[in-house]
Amino acid sequence: MALGTLTTRHTQALFGALGRLARAPLATALTLLVIGLALVLPAALGLLVRNAESATGGFGQAVDMSVYLKSGVSLARARELAIEARAEPGVAAVSVISAAAGLRQFRQYSGFGAALDALKSNPLPNVLRIVPQPRSSGAAALETLRRTFASWPEVGMVQLDAQWVLRFNAILAVVRRLVSIAAVLFGAGVLAVIGNTIRLEILNRRDEIEVTKLVGGSNAFVRRPFLYTGTLYGLGGALLAWLVLETAVLGLQSPVAHLASLYGSGFVLTGLAGRELAVLFGGGMALGWLGAWISARRHLRDIEPRA
Amino acid sequence: MIQLERVSKRYPNGREALTNVSFFVDRGELVFLTGRSGAGKSTLLKLIALLERPTRGTVTVNGRSTGALKARHIPAFRRHIGVVFQDHKLLADRPVFDNVALPLVVAGAPLKEIDKRVRAALDQVGLLGKERLLPMELSVGEQQRVGIARAIVGKPPLIVADEPTGNLDPDLALEVMRLFKRFSEVGVTVLVATHDLHIVREFGSREITLTSGQITGGAPDPLPSLVASR
Repeated sequence: MALGTLTTRHTQALFGALGRLARAPLATALTLLVIGLALVLPAALGLLVRNAESATGGFGQAVDMSVYLKSGVSLARARELAIEARAEPGVAAVSVISAAAGLRQFRQYSGFGAALDALKSNPLPNVLRIVPQPRSSGAAALETLRRTFASWPEVGMVQLDAQWVLRFNAILAVVRRLVSIAAVLFGAGVLAVIGNTIRLEILNRRDEIEVTKLVGGSNAFVRRPFLYTGTLYGLGGALLAWLVLETAVLGLQSPVAHLASLYGSGFVLTGLAGRELAVLFGGGMALGWLGAWISARRHLRDIEPRA
Repeated sequence: MIQLERVSKRYPNGREALTNVSFFVDRGELVFLTGRSGAGKSTLLKLIALLERPTRGTVTVNGRSTGALKARHIPAFRRHIGVVFQDHKLLADRPVFDNVALPLVVAGAPLKEIDKRVRAALDQVGLLGKERLLPMELSVGEQQRVGIARAIVGKPPLIVADEPTGNLDPDLALEVMRLFKRFSEVGVTVLVATHDLHIVREFGSREITLTSGQITGGAPDPLPSLVASR
């Protein structure tokens, strides 16, 4: 078949499908609403995970590690060790907190000043404060760093001040899995909704399909407008889901920014962008097409002309 | 053009609509298929338009045996046959133009050509100027002629019509038959099922009569032995 003819047929099918959707605005709107809401849930969860990831990525700066040297290690040796620590991969910054400075801070913040005065010598060791690079602030990378420092002979103990970040990352991993599960479940829901809508439309247009087949319309010709209808449903549903999410993000942005500022973070909640939008719209349209295809394949076969 | 060899058709409910029917229709012939209602006329037309398949025997149309035709080739096969139905089978929610254009749209004709040919077909059945009306806004006779326009718009080499004049007054009926006659004169094969014997006599064309599913008049002409050699 000539390319021009094929284009004409597809254009006809597309506009035919658009026209029919527009002629039944209420039914179309209801179907779109169902599809849109079904797409919103997995997309919203995905958005939550991505925002939480970028928020804790910002908190990566707040993750640090206190390396307590053994009490016999001198300040001069501690300074040498700080230079060696700086050279370790995944380390962004190292500062030395001398035993004296530690004691001063402790005296200042703890309120045990008088008790400390009773001590003859400073009981605190010299400490290296290690800030990992943001990309090395994941659980595994932090653990590797911890082990490295713990194996040094001068090190007494390594304390990680990031347990909550690690737990949070674990929670995110759970939510990420939930996103996949929700995507599969709600995707199946969208397939069913579109499949059923197309089935009803095929039954409604039974006479037309029969006559079209009578005058030599092929199955592909008869099926085409339904595939367009399904794809348009998917596209419309995705558009609706996107609008819902954008509205939600807009409403949440200011309180979330306030919350982040309390944690000393400049984090800003963002909506779907780039690849995520492509996945939402591509996924919606693919589900629409597939739902229509399955339905059309099943139900168009049953309609054969009887004169 | 059309060749039936010992064709029988039994419906799933056990009724045998056709029994051992053989005949041949040549290219450009106008043949009337007569008989009482229930004699098997409609069934015969359905076998030719591939709306039904024979239980026994072979139906060959335009050199193709319908028995061997795969499902995916049926649409192309149907595009070469213009069918006029007794109940016209028009789409009630589409204007006359769209109804007549359907075979061309299905075949993927360019829009310009569709426009030209639909008007030409409507002109031939005397309905030019009624393109935008819905079938319901037309008289029964006009609806019937829309159905005829749809059957001829694709310029098929074969037209089969099931009681195309059943709902028309005698003058209109004659007019429609003259139309079919003209088609046959330019090489189109036309097979018309009708019980209107007056008209059949008037045209003096070949007549095949069916009685209870068997040919009882207008014997296979030419004889099957000659058919084979064609």
